[in-house]
Amino acid sequence: MTMAAYIIVMAGMTYLIRMLPFAFFRKKIKSEFIKSLLYYVPYAVLSAMTIPAVFYSTGSFPTAIAGTVAALVLAYFDLPLIVVALAASLTAFITGFFF
Amino acid sequence: MEKEKKRNKGSDFVQGLFDGIPIGLGYLSVSFGFGIMAVGAGISVFEAFMISLTNLTSAGQAQGVSVIAAGGTLFEMALVQFIINIRYALMALSLSQKLDDRFTLPHRLLAAYGITDEIFAVCSTKEGNIRPKYMYGVILISTMGWVSGTFLGAAAGELLPSSVTSALGLVLYGMFLAIIVPPARKHFGILFTVLCAAMLSVICKFFLPFLSGGFTVIICSVIAAVAGALIFPRKEKDEEGEEADE
Repeated sequence: MTMAAYIIVMAGMTYLIRMLPFAFFRKKIKSEFIKSLLYYVPYAVLSAMTIPAVFYSTGSFPTAIAGTVAALVLAYFDLPLIVVALAASLTAFITGFFF
Repeated sequence: MEKEKKRNKGSDFVQGLFDGIPIGLGYLSVSFGFGIMAVGAGISVFEAFMISLTNLTSAGQAQGVSVIAAGGTLFEMALVQFIINIRYALMALSLSQKLDDRFTLPHRLLAAYGITDEIFAVCSTKEGNIRPKYMYGVILISTMGWVSGTFLGAAAGELLPSSVTSALGLVLYGMFLAIIVPPARKHFGILFTVLCAAMLSVICKFFLPFLSGGFTVIICSVIAAVAGALIFPRKEKDEEGEEADE
């Protein structure tokens, strides 16, 4: 499998998903189930992508767990995305000196 | 009147650039992490740059890289992108209701490229209808941040000590947590869906190790979202008022 093929498939699918409804869809979705499903999908995807992968993301469990806890606490208090993301990383970095 | 006329002449674009600055800065640091992650998975600097330029999405790219690293099939790649990015269809749908008359088909085809969570958030909360130039401004500055961050992360990532690069591996996940935690705190349905997806994902990882990462994410998120939609269907009024408690 060449890299170009991967990139074309990735980019093509991502573009079509954005473009088709944006350019051509003019009606409103009525089904409560479909609307609910579409609403929940992103959260489900992000959660499944993050857990348990985040614990392996730094190559060391203690630093990854520390970073994850920092992210959870800051996100709980509704801090901006970028603050949460960088603080998680910084926490893992600092914890790295001890483990 | 005077002001309105001046606005029409092209400062829409500048306004878009301005409104997009926070997104561009945020993307710069997040995509730095993506660049490092991509190179770590054996992807070249140029390829990582091209992925960011053509996709402009964090979760889809991160999972795409793991499909590439695992040598997955193109079908798996397409399905993974479909499931992870299907939320953009919803955003595109919602945004299409807010477009100015100037948004002719060619403009729609072009601007569709830039529908991301953050750009959607900025455009959809803007007062009044959206003009093409405004959206192009937001997209341009965001894309610049995203691709330059990717390039820097991929190129300089190798020069940084491993203690730094491994810590930066958390940046994207930190952002994901920052997206899911606040709404999960407010809406029980989201909390349920998120916990359900996380639990299934852990189960897949340890009990179904033959499943690749991409398929694990697809299966877990579809089951969790269907369960969430069946058990906690959202009522119409919740749609707009995100703050409304369940």
